[in-house]
Amino acid sequence: MAEQIKGWDRNQMAARAAEELQDGWYVNLGIGIPTLVANYVGDKDITLQSENGMLGMGPFPFEGDEDPDLINAGKQTITELGRTAYFDSATSFGMIRGGKIAAAILGAMEVAENGDLANWMIPGKLVKGMGGAMDLVAGVGRVIVVMDHTNKHGESKVLKSCTLPLTGKGVVDRIITNLGVLDVVEGGLRIVACADNVTEAELRAATEATIV
Amino acid sequence: MKKIYGSAQEALDGLLFDGMFIAAGGFGLCGIPELLLAAIKDAGTKDLTFASNNAGVDDFGIGILLQTRQVKKMISSYVGENAEFMRQYLSGELELEFNPQGTLAERMRAGGCGIPGFYTKTGVGTVIADGKEHKDFNGQTYILEHGIVTDLSIVKAWKADETGNLVFRKTARNFNPPAAMCGKICVVEVEEIVPTGSLDPDHIHLPGIYVHRIIAGTHEKRIEQRTTRKREDA
Repeated sequence: MAEQIKGWDRNQMAARAAEELQDGWYVNLGIGIPTLVANYVGDKDITLQSENGMLGMGPFPFEGDEDPDLINAGKQTITELGRTAYFDSATSFGMIRGGKIAAAILGAMEVAENGDLANWMIPGKLVKGMGGAMDLVAGVGRVIVVMDHTNKHGESKVLKSCTLPLTGKGVVDRIITNLGVLDVVEGGLRIVACADNVTEAELRAATEATIV
Repeated sequence: MKKIYGSAQEALDGLLFDGMFIAAGGFGLCGIPELLLAAIKDAGTKDLTFASNNAGVDDFGIGILLQTRQVKKMISSYVGENAEFMRQYLSGELELEFNPQGTLAERMRAGGCGIPGFYTKTGVGTVIADGKEHKDFNGQTYILEHGIVTDLSIVKAWKADETGNLVFRKTARNFNPPAAMCGKICVVEVEEIVPTGSLDPDHIHLPGIYVHRIIAGTHEKRIEQRTTRKREDA
C-alpha cells in the first residue's frame, strides 16, 4: 500500500494540543495521546493534575526509584516536583467540579457537532467504567478532545450526533485530530486549521458533522 | 478509650455481618486496606456491598473477595483491571453500580458530613442521570446524588498516633479520607503507630474523631503499572 501519509502523527497531534495551553494553567491530561502533550509545553508554566489526588505531576521515575504510593490516574508510577501538592479524592474532584482546572485534554470514541462526547462505553462490549471522565468534562474550564479523525474502518468519528452512550452532553470546546483542528460553535463545527498536507476539502470529506 | 488492636482479625471482631455495606479506601492498588481485606476474606462474611473506586486485581485487593464469592455488589467508577470481576458481572453473579469517580468521592464525603444529597453537573445527559431528580440553578441543569453512609469503613493510612489522628503518604491518600468519614465505624490499618504528641497537629490529614480502631502491619503495596525512564534519558 503506497498511500501518501497525510496529516499529523500522534506526537504532532500532542504538540498541536500543547499550543492550546496557556501559561499558568492547571491542566488534566487523559491517557494515550493526551499524556504526550506534557512533552510539548515548552517554557509555559503548566501544572498537571492527576485526579487521584495530586497537582504538579512529574515524569516517570528512574528505574529503581518507583514508589507504590506515588501513581497517576492511569495507575502508572510517577514522580513529584517541588511544587507538588497531594490531597484526597473528594478535594481533587472538588477542584475539577468547581471549575478550577483550566482544561482537560482527553481522547474520544465519538464527538458530535453539538459538543457531545462519547468515550467510556460500547454497548455489548466490556465496560470498564467512566472513571473520572464524566466529572472532568462537566467541570473543567475547557474540554479539548484529541483523537484520530476516523475509526479503523475509515468512518468519521466526528459526527452529527453520537451513537454511543455519552460521557458528557455539549461539553467539547475543541477537537484536534490527525486531519486538523475544529471548534464546536453555534450550528456545527468550524475549521480552525488543517493538518499538514491535508486540504480543507479532505477534512470536510472525512467529517460527518456539519461544518459551518 | 483504647483504639489500638493487635491484628486485623481482632480489629474487625464483632463488626462483620452478612449483607453489610463497606466503604474501602484506595485507588487501583495504591493505598488499599490490604490487611483488613485479607481478614474479611478469612472471616468469610458474605453478600457484601462495597463502595470502592476500583475492585482490585484477581489476586489482590477486593479481588480476593471476588474469588471467594463474598461480594454481592460493587459501587465503583472503574473496574477494568479484574478479569474475575468481569466474568462474575457478565454472568449476573455480581451487581455493579457505576458512579463517576468524583460523584463517588463526594457521596462518601457528604455521607460522612451529614449531607444526604447534593446536586452535581457530572453525568447530566448521560445514563448516569436516568431516574435522578434534575434541577436548574442559574440556568444550568444538575442532578441529585445521595450521600453514602456505610456500616463499616476500611482504610489505609501511613501513620496514626494512638488517638487515631492520621497521616497519609503521597497519592496513597486518594479515597481513604472520604471512605473513613462515611462509615458508622472506621477501622484503619497503618504502617506505623507513633506516640500521641509526636505528629505535628498542623499536619494531621484526618483527625482521629473519624477513626475507631487501628492496627499496624507490614504492607505488600503492590505496583499495578511499573513505568520508568532510563537514567541516561535525563
